[in-house]
Amino acid sequence: MKQFNGQVLFLDRDDINTDEIIPAKYLTENSKEALKPHILEDLHLDGFNAGRDIAGKSIIVAKSNFGCGSSREHAVWVFEVNDIKVVIAESFARIFRQNMFNCGMLAIELPKNEIDTLFLLGENTVINVDLEQNKIIAQNEQGRKEEFSFTLNPFDRELVLADGWLAYADSKY
Amino acid sequence: AYVFTFNLTFLFNMVKKLDSLWTIDFQCIRSVRIMGKTIAEKIFAAHLRDEPSPGNVVLDIDVILCHEITTPIAINDLVAKNRDRVFDPDKIKAVIDHVTPAKDSKTATQGKILRDWARRHKIKDFFDIGRNGVCHAIFPEKGFIRPGYTVIMGDSHTCTHGAFGAFAAGVGTTDLEVGILKGVCSFREPKTMKVYISGKLPDTVSAKDVILNIIKQISVNGATDMVMEFVGPVVEQMSMEARMTLCNMAIEAGGTSGICMPDRVTVEYLWPFIKDSYASVDEAVADSKKWHSDPDAVYAKELRIDVSGLQPQVTYGFKPDEVKDITDMEGTPIDQVYIGSCTNGRIEDLRAAAAILANRTIAPTVRGILSPATPAIYSRAMAEGLIKVFMDAGFCVTNPTCGACLGMSNGVLAEGEACASTTNRNFNGRMGKGGMVHLMSPLSAAAAAIAGHITDPGKYL
Ligand code: SF4
Repeated sequence: MKQFNGQVLFLDRDDINTDEIIPAKYLTENSKEALKPHILEDLHLDGFNAGRDIAGKSIIVAKSNFGCGSSREHAVWVFEVNDIKVVIAESFARIFRQNMFNCGMLAIELPKNEIDTLFLLGENTVINVDLEQNKIIAQNEQGRKEEFSFTLNPFDRELVLADGWLAYADSKY
Repeated sequence: AYVFTFNLTFLFNMVKKLDSLWTIDFQCIRSVRIMGKTIAEKIFAAHLRDEPSPGNVVLDIDVILCHEITTPIAINDLVAKNRDRVFDPDKIKAVIDHVTPAKDSKTATQGKILRDWARRHKIKDFFDIGRNGVCHAIFPEKGFIRPGYTVIMGDSHTCTHGAFGAFAAGVGTTDLEVGILKGVCSFREPKTMKVYISGKLPDTVSAKDVILNIIKQISVNGATDMVMEFVGPVVEQMSMEARMTLCNMAIEAGGTSGICMPDRVTVEYLWPFIKDSYASVDEAVADSKKWHSDPDAVYAKELRIDVSGLQPQVTYGFKPDEVKDITDMEGTPIDQVYIGSCTNGRIEDLRAAAAILANRTIAPTVRGILSPATPAIYSRAMAEGLIKVFMDAGFCVTNPTCGACLGMSNGVLAEGEACASTTNRNFNGRMGKGGMVHLMSPLSAAAAAIAGHITDPGKYL
C-alpha cells in the first residue's frame, strides 16, 4: 500500500484558487520541474511566506473550495514536484480534485469541525494517512493526537493505487 | 410519493447487485426507472462506457478541444510515455489562442508543439494564426458543438459549450491525455442545479449581468459538482451568443457545465452545419427535444431569479461572487477597458459596446482595448462599421486572442491599476500582478471607457 505521511502546511483560507497556487505566467513551462520554485507564489495569506513555509512539508490542510479557478493541472504538479502528495480540505473544486486523483495523489474531504480541530494542532504537526483503514492520524509537537476517518470512493482509491488515470485507462479501455 | 420513490431506488439497487451475478442488461433496467431525467443525465446515459464504481462513470467523448497552453504538456507526456497516438483525429479540434502571435520563445515553442502534433496526426480542424480565435468562441462558430454531445477541453471555461445543449466540462491535463488517447473521460454522476430565469431584461442589462448576479447569490462554490441548467422565458429568448455568456461563467460558481435546452435558436445557429442531416429546421428542432429535461426530473438545487428589476452588475473584489449593483460602484476609477474574451468578445457584445462608443471618445486617462474573439467576428464587425466606431473612440483593436484576459499579453496591467473588463475572472493578479479586474458587461465597460470610471451605462443609451 502506498504511504502518505509527513509535516503539515496549514493554509487558513477558503477559495484558494489555482492562480494563487501557480500563476498563469508559468503555464508556458513545458516541464513539471520548472514549476517547483513558484509554488503558492501569489497566495495572499496573513503571515504566509512561500519561501520560508513550504520546505519539508508534504501534506496541506486547508478550508473550503480548495483549488477553484482554472483547470490547470500545473496546480497539482507544483505540489507533486515539491513532494506534497496530499491535500486535506473541507471541500474541493471539481477539476482540482479530479486532477489530484488522476495523478495518483490524494484529495481528502473532512467536515469543517474536524478541519478546525486539525488547525488547532498548530505548526509542526505530522499527519499519517492510513489508506487501509481510511484514517488520518495527526500528531503535534506536544504529542497531542487526533484521529479521523474519511471516505474515499472506490474509483478514486483505484486511481491512487494505479498511479493515476492514464495508467488505469490504458489498461482498461 | 417519496416513500414510493425510495422503495423503487432500493429495488433498483437490489437489481443492480443481482446484475453482477446474473448478467441482466443493467442499462435496460435503468431505463424503466420511473424518475425523469435531466438533460445531463440523458447525455450521460447515451455516452456511458463504464461505471467503475457506484456514482463514477466513464463516458465516450464526442469532441476533444485543445489549445496551446494545456495541450503541449499533455503531448510531451504522451510522447515520453510512448503513447503518441490520437483516438480519432476528426473528433479532436485544436487552436492556438492564448498567446498569439507568440510573444517569446516559450510561447512560440508551445505553439510549435501543438502545430507539429496536429500535422503529424492529421487533425484537420487546427486553427493557426490568421484563422485562430478564442477557443470557446471559434469552436462553436465552426459548428463543432451539437445538442447531446459530450465535450472536454483542458480549459475551465469549456462549460460555455453547454449553451448548445451539450455536456461540456473543463478537465486537467491527465484527463485530456486519456481523452486524446482513448476518447473517454471519467465523471461523477451529474447532479443538476436548475436556474429558472424569468422577467424582462432591462435595456442596460445583459446575460453577463444575469450570470454575475447568480454567482453573487450562490457564491463561488454554490454549484460545485453540479451542472447548471439555465431555463425559463428569459433564456428561451436569448441568442446563442447570450446563452454562451451565461454558460461561460458556470465554472465561476464551481459548476461542472452550464447547459441550456436545445431549441429553434440552437438549430438555426447550427443550420449550415446540420442541414444535410435533417429535412427541415422543424424536424431538427423536434429531434433536439429528445435531450430536454423531463418535467419530473430530479434536481439537487433550484434557483429562481426574476431579472425585471436587475441593475448592471460589477465585481469589486478578487472573487467572481464579490458583485455589486453598478450604482454602488459609481465613480470607481479605471485605467484600462478590455472588451473581448470567451465571455463577451462576440458580435453582439461588440454591437452593444459600439452603441455607446459611437460618436464619443474615451476618457484621456483610459486605455481601451478590443479583441474580437474570432476572425469571423472581426470581419463582421468591420463590415458593420463597428471597428471604425471603436477606433474613432480611441480604442486599440487587437487580433483575436485571449492575451490580456489571463494577463499574458496584449494588455497586462501594472501594479495598482484597475481594468473594466468583459472577461470572466477577477482573481488577484489575473490580468497582471497587483492589478484589479472589475468584471462587467460590454455596455458597462464601454460606459466606463467614456467616463473614465465605473458608471451606469443607461446614461449613454
Ligand atoms: S478568453 Fe480568457 S477565460 Fe476565455 S479561454 Fe481565453 S484565457 Fe480563458
